[in-house]
Amino acid sequence: MTAGVEIQLIAVIVSAACALPGVFLVLRKMSMMSDSITHTILLGIVLAFFLTEDLSSPLLIAGAALMGVATVWLTETLMNTRLMSEDSAVGIVFPLLFSIAIILITRYAGSVHLDTDSVLLGELAFAPFDRLVVFGVDIGAKAIYTSGALLLINVILITVFYKELKIVTFDPMLASLLGFSPGLVHYGLMTLVSLTAVGAFEAVGSVLVVAFMIGPPLTAYMLTDDLKKMLLLSAGFGALSGILGYHAALLPDVSIAGSMAVTTGLVFAVVFIFAPKRGLIGVFIRKIKRDNFMRS
Amino acid sequence: MDTLPALFHDYTFRTVALGSALLGVVSGVIGSFAVLRKQSLLGDGVSHAALPGVVAAFLLTGSKNTEVLLLGALLTGLAATFIIMSIVKHSRIKFDGALALVMSVFFGLGLVLLTYSQKIPDANQAGLKRFIYGQASTLLERDVIMTAACGAVLLLIVILFWKELKLFSFDPEFAEAIGFSTGKLNILLSFLIVLAIIIGLQTVGVVLMSAMLISPGVAARQWSDRLWLMVALAAGFGAASGVLGTLLSSAVPGLPTGPVIVVCITAVAVFSLLFAPGRGILHRIYRRKKNSARFKAERRPKL
Repeated sequence: MTAGVEIQLIAVIVSAACALPGVFLVLRKMSMMSDSITHTILLGIVLAFFLTEDLSSPLLIAGAALMGVATVWLTETLMNTRLMSEDSAVGIVFPLLFSIAIILITRYAGSVHLDTDSVLLGELAFAPFDRLVVFGVDIGAKAIYTSGALLLINVILITVFYKELKIVTFDPMLASLLGFSPGLVHYGLMTLVSLTAVGAFEAVGSVLVVAFMIGPPLTAYMLTDDLKKMLLLSAGFGALSGILGYHAALLPDVSIAGSMAVTTGLVFAVVFIFAPKRGLIGVFIRKIKRDNFMRS
Repeated sequence: MDTLPALFHDYTFRTVALGSALLGVVSGVIGSFAVLRKQSLLGDGVSHAALPGVVAAFLLTGSKNTEVLLLGALLTGLAATFIIMSIVKHSRIKFDGALALVMSVFFGLGLVLLTYSQKIPDANQAGLKRFIYGQASTLLERDVIMTAACGAVLLLIVILFWKELKLFSFDPEFAEAIGFSTGKLNILLSFLIVLAIIIGLQTVGVVLMSAMLISPGVAARQWSDRLWLMVALAAGFGAASGVLGTLLSSAVPGLPTGPVIVVCITAVAVFSLLFAPGRGILHRIYRRKKNSARFKAERRPKL
């Protein structure tokens, strides 16, 4: 496999893996939580690194995922005091945790080979350099396997708990009446979001994970009311943006992840304008027809 | 601590502290309205959207003048705000979704432009990244003067439109009913937020600017129900955190100024949430205890 094919494969897998849990974030009006989590996982990684002193330790991923869940918990605790609105709670928690992470990194810069740049910005072009070698045989870029595992986990968990997620998302009251714990499903989903963010940020950088989590689901949301279709469409749009973004980045030789995010935005813009029922043009035409009808 | 007086005579320290304090005042005042209008996260979105503006301004003009770069940031910040509002207005997509999408896509565009600018031979783009994390220590006197000028304009607008903003923050329906255009006021407030964010980019950077906007407002809200007092307190908290953060980062080597300021202002917010009389959490617990004690005492049969 050439590096180009490998990068595209990783881009497609990462985008699809991000889009799936993103659907539930969008539907539950928690899109900004993805922004919050993608910032605070940096602190989780730094703290886990101080404990293990090993940058390749799997505990780093565990620490990051835990920090994601802790972020959600802290934000909700602040919200539940009812002393501030939901958005303020989000906006207080993540800059604080992120600041602490930056302070720790700057202060112990000598001993930490962690770079805020690589966490925030990411660079997909370097992914093929990190090979997975089993018994001395090079079986492909490591990121293919890590992101593949991530996608697999997301698909399995969302398929298995589809009913629970659906009920909790659309009718939390009914869910608790039927005996599902909305809290449990909620935190399960948030753990999944954190894990996905951790798995994806290495390839695409934490800010852009937000684009892949929220962009494709919003695009799908313009087209359908059916949750299953929305999940499939989101994964499809994510994969499409991944491939288009990669090719758009080639010629001017710019950041692949950035170009993928821009493509996600463009795909959304096209659908936003031309979507058959809810698109800008459709809404406009209907309005003109209605006005004419009223006049006649 | 004997270095403290010496620090206050240090030119760099005074410049940075003054700049951070001014930023604290401006973001405290504007942030109060953002918090009341539940628009706090707009600041986060705008600050990310400023990145492509900064880089594009550099690419187009070739200048690294702070004023030119911030003008670019202002334009893309406003464009992002406009797109977010249009998406919310013309579709069923909610504010948070539109915000998250637009912000991350603009940031992606910024990254594309940044990597592009790095490919240009001998383009000295090294200074551009400081807008991502902020570098308060590079503040110059003219930056402080610009912050002061922009801040003065912002405060003047707030004073001029005080009544309108107040009505709009607490009772938009009533404001609409007596003939104020809430649409226009919303645009005005968004414009104020964008401008405040742009001023702060250089000091605390894209990622942390939202805390500068939210935390002073949330802290001040706990101490007062009067708008003017809340705004004044928020400005004070912002300024104090700015100075304290600069002080700490100068006194202890290896502490970055922007993040330390954010930690300070968040500490003020947490302190206020816990200890403010009336609304504060501790006061609430105390009141509950007292009530239940009184309740028990009243239920005890009299002998």
